[in-house]
Amino acid sequence: MGEKVLMKGNEALAEAAIRAGCRFYAGYPITPQSEVSEYMSRRMPQVHGVFIPAESEIAAINMVLGAAGTGALAMTSSSSCAISLKQETLSYMISQEVPCLIANVSRGGPGLGSISPSQGDYFQATRTGANGDVRLLVFGPSTIQEMVDLVHDAFVLGQKYRTPVTILSDGMIGQMAEPVEFKHNAIELEHDKGWNLTGAKNRKPRRLSSIHLKEGELEQHVLHLFEKFEKIRADEVRYEALYLEDAELVVMAFGSCARITKTAIKEARREGYKVGLIRPITLWPFPAKIVNQVSKRCKKFLCIEMNMGQMYEDIKMDIESDARLDFYGRPGGAIPTPEEILERIKQSMRELTSV
Amino acid sequence: MTKLVFKQPESIKPDYNFNFCPGCDHGVAVRLVAEVLDDLGVREKTLMAASVGCSVFGYDYFNVDVVESPHGRAPAVATGMKRANHDHVVFTYQGDGDAASIGFTELIHSAVRGERITVICINNTNFGMTGGQAGPTTIPGQKTTTTPYGKDIHEIGFPVKIAEMVALCEGAAYVARGAMDSPAAIRNAKKLVRRAFEVQIEDLGFGFVELLSACPTNWHRDPIESHHWVKKVLYPVFPQGVLKNITAE
Repeated sequence: MGEKVLMKGNEALAEAAIRAGCRFYAGYPITPQSEVSEYMSRRMPQVHGVFIPAESEIAAINMVLGAAGTGALAMTSSSSCAISLKQETLSYMISQEVPCLIANVSRGGPGLGSISPSQGDYFQATRTGANGDVRLLVFGPSTIQEMVDLVHDAFVLGQKYRTPVTILSDGMIGQMAEPVEFKHNAIELEHDKGWNLTGAKNRKPRRLSSIHLKEGELEQHVLHLFEKFEKIRADEVRYEALYLEDAELVVMAFGSCARITKTAIKEARREGYKVGLIRPITLWPFPAKIVNQVSKRCKKFLCIEMNMGQMYEDIKMDIESDARLDFYGRPGGAIPTPEEILERIKQSMRELTSV
Repeated sequence: MTKLVFKQPESIKPDYNFNFCPGCDHGVAVRLVAEVLDDLGVREKTLMAASVGCSVFGYDYFNVDVVESPHGRAPAVATGMKRANHDHVVFTYQGDGDAASIGFTELIHSAVRGERITVICINNTNFGMTGGQAGPTTIPGQKTTTTPYGKDIHEIGFPVKIAEMVALCEGAAYVARGAMDSPAAIRNAKKLVRRAFEVQIEDLGFGFVELLSACPTNWHRDPIESHHWVKKVLYPVFPQGVLKNITAE
């Protein structure tokens, strides 16, 4: 504790999970997240945990369902096209209210795409490909330290709300190394939480179920899930804000792209531009309120993403004024430079004054 | 002095209400598994991974903790349950469509890893729950709703020999195939089911039993005729016996 160590993002993610008390990991290799599995294969035996190199992405998340259903802190990790394969079981777990951590170290898409960092999976993460009425708590860390802290919080919130949580990292955060500090202690878990499967001894059997065939039963179940999701929406929004007090232009970016954007914004401020930043940390629930508020006093928003405009749609929905929304995106694994973003900021500012 | 000669197993819920079709052998198989759990005295520490298909109703009948699995994934779910709970007894109850078609990968890899779980697979040569479509075990010439002219092996291929394929896996400790078409077959089936649980409890490896079952509704035969059909037609295609039995010695 209190000591900084230089670690690769993927390995720091895995170590943070172990420190949080995760003792079950199942995964399948895919670039750029394979180091998570490799690290777990070394560390889990040291802490008497379980590491399973699963036969498929689908098997991996189903193993997690089994372990987490008995009450274990469990996780899997993968990337983009392979996260797609996990959507069916994700839907089951949301409905069955079985918590777990799913780390998505995303890569370029669509299809097999590329192994470069990309944010093309914002929709996949925040909307999910899970069938039915679902919501998924999604964190989008922009530094390794933040990711390490969020891993702990993801397990805590997963248990609190009995729901899966995703950390959306990417090939940049996953593959780079930064000094990190593991600040959190292991989460204390009750053996019997009242819902987990421990064996029907001196009590009625429990069933983790997603099927509700009787008329009206499924509607009640979904309404119950949404009470929970509304509570998450009300209580768990996180974002970082910079220079909003006098900002005429508010730039929005998340994850790795926000790191680069921040550098550009600091330079723009030095040059006298009244530019601010809102960086969503929870991608769902989206920080809608701050966008609402700020839209009433700023003149314009600029959304910067490493995709063709996905978070863009969330911002668009939350602007409650005539403030315009500009967009700059680089898809397919391309990474914008700070200079490129600075130039785009200046362009948005020029258009502001020329109107 | 009265002597108890017959009772409902503890491992079947007291308020159960079977909704299998008349003449279906699922009810028999559920009872056999429940009797074995009672006989081994493990009900209170048994966890079940339910499946999809007619076997799905297992969670309404077994008096144990249950997690529902997506179609075919029960062996993976059971793997997770068992690895996180070594002291528990973990089993899946699946049909041939679930285990040998969409979930064949999970079944085979669980066997290869030698997971200490037990898989009970009911083979009735079709997808029963969805109305009798051709499944992985549908036999050559068999008529189903998706093989209306009879299963053509040149078009659709051969039936999967589930038990034989599982027996090839080195992690499998016990592999057997039985049937439930006669009292003698049922008595034998119970022995197979019991051993498939024992190898798990004795930490020897993966336990697997395939049970040939009648599906009168989808076979369009009455229950008696269906059971004759099991014996006459299915027996030669799916030979019964213990294919593998590793003991502690």
